[in-house]
Amino acid sequence: MANKLVIGDRQFNSRLIMGTGGAPSLEILRNALIASGTEMTTVAMRRVSAVTHGSIFDLLKELNIDVLPNTAGCYTAGEAILTAQLAREALDTSWIKLEVISNEETLLPDGLETVRAAEKLALDGFIVLAYTNDDPALGKRLQDVGCAAVMPLGAPIGSGLGIRNPHNIELMRSLLTVPMLLDAGIGTASDAALAMELGCDGVLLASAVTRAADPVGMAHAMRLAVESGLLAHNAGRIPKRWRARASSPQSGLIGTDARESPEF
Amino acid sequence: MISIILNGTEEQFPDGATLAEVVQHITSATQGIAVALDAHVIRRTDWISTAIHPGAQVDVLTAVQGG
Repeated sequence: MANKLVIGDRQFNSRLIMGTGGAPSLEILRNALIASGTEMTTVAMRRVSAVTHGSIFDLLKELNIDVLPNTAGCYTAGEAILTAQLAREALDTSWIKLEVISNEETLLPDGLETVRAAEKLALDGFIVLAYTNDDPALGKRLQDVGCAAVMPLGAPIGSGLGIRNPHNIELMRSLLTVPMLLDAGIGTASDAALAMELGCDGVLLASAVTRAADPVGMAHAMRLAVESGLLAHNAGRIPKRWRARASSPQSGLIGTDARESPEF
Repeated sequence: MISIILNGTEEQFPDGATLAEVVQHITSATQGIAVALDAHVIRRTDWISTAIHPGAQVDVLTAVQGG
């Protein structure tokens, strides 16, 4: 794995994509984004109102962080496609985090609708980063219809449950050729490090930082965790063993003969 | 006057009003917004030449914190 994350025709030094949802204030979000080192961050598309008026857009421009609009809240391919088209018009970007959920309670992805939307959007020139279940077969489908990146969940959005099925994440990574980012479920830094150790190309998270007691501190921790996880993955961990394997020499000890054992 | 649904709420506009006027009514922002007329995206350059019709559903969207 090279040092840079390459998605589509772009390269990123940071492998952490931060979401902006859930931050207690724009000032805290600003400092958290800086601490995270992220170069791209997600935003949602919503109707204009007095509450929503444009400030996140200005903040990201000031910080020179690329915007990655999402289709959060969409339940059908049609809704997601229209949202993506509106995001392209509003934000002048063809990049889209495709997210089609199945129900409000679990926020789990609807795989069929996601594939349908991904295919149409990719044909329409969008750079599609698809949020999906940790299903290797579904991930392959998303890759085959033209997604630039596949982003399986570790656990439900905002749950902080970490990576519930590390085997599936590792298996997906081995089957896909496009970049794969762990998206959703991260609770703390060790979850992000594990994602990278399993071979993920990057991590996308929001709540773990924005809803932490100290969002700026957690953003810093996530930055280091992603970097550490990548280093560990590249360094090659030792194989797991059922039994101990001494690291100190087994010969040359005193008292190896029972008669020589010192008494306490 | 004609009645339309603007961001989910019924609003009245003069006969012959364009999308540009509708957008100006709801926001002074000139960047970072997009408009759908009856669930179809209308390019910014076409707002001034696109007249609204009675019962039109107009949605004006922008980026907010999320994801």
